[in-house]
Amino acid sequence: MSAGRAEYCVIACAEAWRDDGEVLASPMGLIPSIGARLARHTFSPDLLLTDGEALLVGPDGTPEGWLPYRRHLTAVTGGRRHVMMGASQIDRFGNQNISCVGDWSRPRRQLLGVRGAPVNTLNNPTSYWIPKHSPRVFVERVDMVCGVGYDRAAAAGPSATRFHRLPRVVTDLAVLDFATPDHAMRLVSVHPGVTAEQVGEATGFELVIPDEVPFTREPTARELELIRTVLDPKGLRNREVPDPERAARDRGTPGRGVPGGPGGGGR
Amino acid sequence: MSDKTMSARDVVGRLESGMTLGIGGWGSRRKPMALVRALLRSEITDLTVVAYGGPDVGLLAAAGRIRSLVTAFATLDSIPLEPHYRAARERGAFELTEVDEAMFMWGLHAAANRLPFLPVRAGLGSDVMRVNPGLRTVTSPYPDAATGVREELVAMPALRLDAALVHMNRADRLGNGQYLGPDPYFDDLFCEAADTAYVSCERIVDTAELTKEAAPQTLLLQRSSVTGVVEAPNGAHFTSCVPDYGRDEAFQQMYAATPYAAFAERFLGGDEPAYQSAVQAWRKERDQ
Repeated sequence: MSAGRAEYCVIACAEAWRDDGEVLASPMGLIPSIGARLARHTFSPDLLLTDGEALLVGPDGTPEGWLPYRRHLTAVTGGRRHVMMGASQIDRFGNQNISCVGDWSRPRRQLLGVRGAPVNTLNNPTSYWIPKHSPRVFVERVDMVCGVGYDRAAAAGPSATRFHRLPRVVTDLAVLDFATPDHAMRLVSVHPGVTAEQVGEATGFELVIPDEVPFTREPTARELELIRTVLDPKGLRNREVPDPERAARDRGTPGRGVPGGPGGGGR
Repeated sequence: MSDKTMSARDVVGRLESGMTLGIGGWGSRRKPMALVRALLRSEITDLTVVAYGGPDVGLLAAAGRIRSLVTAFATLDSIPLEPHYRAARERGAFELTEVDEAMFMWGLHAAANRLPFLPVRAGLGSDVMRVNPGLRTVTSPYPDAATGVREELVAMPALRLDAALVHMNRADRLGNGQYLGPDPYFDDLFCEAADTAYVSCERIVDTAELTKEAAPQTLLLQRSSVTGVVEAPNGAHFTSCVPDYGRDEAFQQMYAATPYAAFAERFLGGDEPAYQSAVQAWRKERDQ
């Protein structure tokens, strides 16, 4: 059984919650949700999960607690939570934007709004999931700082840095973190099939790329089976992150639209 | 004890242009849509709306009723971006006070507790401080025991409301309001933060009926903070009002894909029964 790209993404997301103990895992997006449940099923059994509404649930869906929005906000500010959010834009120090594109006073594109990004980033570990790694997302400067990055937290003083931590950024290409002297974003691992150069090119700022970049770890046989038969039997993960090999094959298939493409035609 | 029942029209009759109006619910969940529709039928405008935004904000913004909006987001939940809100914001139709979800909650708490502000950590370092130049910080009078540092925190100002509009599953005539879904959202806080509060509900029942089958902790709203009660069956439509009904996803999709003027012409021209029949007619047409 060889793993597909979406499965490496699931593993990389799941790893964000390793050693977190008895805290709420708050995944936003499908692949982080599968990742959080995978972690709960395997190496982080103490994690708390929600049903996406107001209940805390076990891995089989059995309710074990009540978590309406206002108690969720207490879990955030009390620090017993590790969220994995999305980002419309993110910069080298981890400042994140989900509010708007362009000038805030008259935006070119209005997005969601700051939501809980300011409270999340100042109070509990906040990781990010970006399903399409591109220079449009990885920008030199975000248009509106919603989630607070390392430089902005430092400038805001000790109250801002006290509980501030951005453990990792997972994308469809790679895993990144901020474990550099000035907390600039660093390439930690690439998913098999991806090169460090590719990640650099898909990033709109200068990424710290170590000399040796390992591959994202392989899922174990049990993990793969859990993903495929228990956590996502319908394979929805492949819609969020299509497998590049399969996509290339599909592109090379007559009648499927775009002709050719790298590695196309082989079946 | 007074009977507080009234019509949606009575509620709107007590509101005025220029007021600060809090709207309960969250995103596209348990929004007091019947009251919002009544508001849209009136001439009331120039509102400051305070809401965890959903189609309430989308409709009022598209209709040009909002002068100023206080929010952390506007979403339809299953459709992430509220298209009418987006369009209004992109054409600069109203002023925005954009704060974080937790800051918003503490603003309501401050108002409900008659405090001028409450200290919060959220906001520091983010552009929430840049786009709200009026936001101030406070320094804790207490040094941290371990570090001696006196923390600097954001002073979230009270979000005091002239009026609050919320929707419940049940209420009695006196204004005791009951939610039967899994999440109270912040509806009790909206009512407590407001000078007047109007509650629409799926069904008005006798007080004794409220706890016949449901636990007493479902009694979210106390009559002392409620001004008026409106019976509005299906009054949260098309948002969810669990367990009475879920979100009308098909209708919401149509709402999101229809220009506001066309939507208003078909669905908002008449009174609430006319709206409900227009929804029925739309459904019939779609199913054919």
